[in-house]
Amino acid sequence: MEKLNGLRCRECGRHYGAAPVHVCEFCFGPLEVDYRYDALRGVVTRESIAAGPPSMWRYKDLLPIDGDVAVGHHVGFTPLIRARNLADELGCREVWVKNDSVCHPTWSFKDRVVSVAVTKALEFGFDTVACASTGNLANSVAAHAAEGRLKSYIFIPADLEQGKVLATLVYGPTLVAVHGTYDEVNRLCSEIADKYRWAFVNVNFRPYYSEGSKSHGFEIVEQLGWRTPAHIVVPCAGGSLITKIWKAIKELKILGLIDEGLKTKMHAAQALGCGPIVTMIKNDTDVLVPVRPNTIAKSLAIGNPADGYYAYKTTKESGGSGEHATDEEIVEGMLLLARTEGIFTETAGGVTVAAARKLIERGVIPRDESIVLCITGNGLKTPDALQDRLDAQVKIKPSLSAFDRALADLKSQTS
Amino acid sequence: MPVLVRIPTPLRTLTKGNAEIQAKGGTIDSVVDDLERQFPGLKERLLDETGELRRFINIYVNQEDIRFLQAKKTALKDGDEVSIVPAIAGG
Repeated sequence: MEKLNGLRCRECGRHYGAAPVHVCEFCFGPLEVDYRYDALRGVVTRESIAAGPPSMWRYKDLLPIDGDVAVGHHVGFTPLIRARNLADELGCREVWVKNDSVCHPTWSFKDRVVSVAVTKALEFGFDTVACASTGNLANSVAAHAAEGRLKSYIFIPADLEQGKVLATLVYGPTLVAVHGTYDEVNRLCSEIADKYRWAFVNVNFRPYYSEGSKSHGFEIVEQLGWRTPAHIVVPCAGGSLITKIWKAIKELKILGLIDEGLKTKMHAAQALGCGPIVTMIKNDTDVLVPVRPNTIAKSLAIGNPADGYYAYKTTKESGGSGEHATDEEIVEGMLLLARTEGIFTETAGGVTVAAARKLIERGVIPRDESIVLCITGNGLKTPDALQDRLDAQVKIKPSLSAFDRALADLKSQTS
Repeated sequence: MPVLVRIPTPLRTLTKGNAEIQAKGGTIDSVVDDLERQFPGLKERLLDETGELRRFINIYVNQEDIRFLQAKKTALKDGDEVSIVPAIAGG
């Protein structure tokens, strides 16, 4: 089945062949994979998807892979959890958590995009992959490069959390720490990508890479029983994920896999210390004003998001909104999810929970409508964020009487 | 006042394959005009119909995004480096 028409400029519509390019030569608009939906209709069905593997590759027909999957065979199909305790806490009827904090193999949704990008890099015959990263992407590129026996160059801001640095180095990449913000690392990588013939997953492979995010959206709908939720709250950094989840829902509609109309409202969640997309939404303008990030949510600390314009348009088109979260609210959000649902997410997840709570309190998200929270990364990677907030443990000698005393103390403290 | 301008791959068809160009001008605006004089057609690739910088192009002076400076009015001095960079994805 011939399912791809190469690439197409998202702005001016010019066509390009399937190649490792990402920018329209004429208007600089981003290139996007162009699918032949007519060839896919009737071929991709609920049944054909259900017969696929328990991974994101059950949607392979809707991803830009020509041959076999090369790396990351077990990525995706993460749990969608009915969060009853969190719903009680938020005063809502129906809350779900799409939990990519347990995505195999590197515990974030980035495995979805990287497995597509690295498979594609091998298809195009590259021997080196690279990326600019705020951490999660670094982990995932290094891991999948190891699996694909490719060399990898990973560029990160030098002040990245130690957990994310070690969880990259372990796979044996060349890790380059750049003294600067992520946006500076990204600009540098754009120039490096122009000079060296590497597969930069978020530069020249961006059209393929970003498509992997759609699987997060496909799974939400399938796991809800081919139902679309009324609201999806998505953390935004570069702004690609929210755009691609929306695209996923639209594709399912085009292919006739969902019955209802496009009723889902997409909401953007960002930190107050780095929230240029939410600022666009609040000011209702399509002009992005870049910011210098200052937030504990380092995985979202992109002050000049490449897909900011499209993220804004997604919220607008779907009738959604957006909300900022302060660092304090981010920590509260992490603790709330952990203490209600037993899910330990990283700071980005705290942003999502906090923003959702504010949207609910503002009445933007009605309490009786279904809500999906996209939790995209794991808390064990960023424990520093909670260091000052958690109570000290009870320390005792190994005797029953010592425990009895400690327990009595605890009870007197809480009574 | 010559400055060094780095040209990204998509524009090199217009600059005869050159990745770095010497250009004259005291501001970004006037450098763009000089680039157009040297390589006709370049200006319309950088600016839209209203004369604004296209949405998906970022320009940096000595590594600083000009939106943090005075945008297209940003003053340039001898030896400054101007980079033209397409927007790229993140994470």
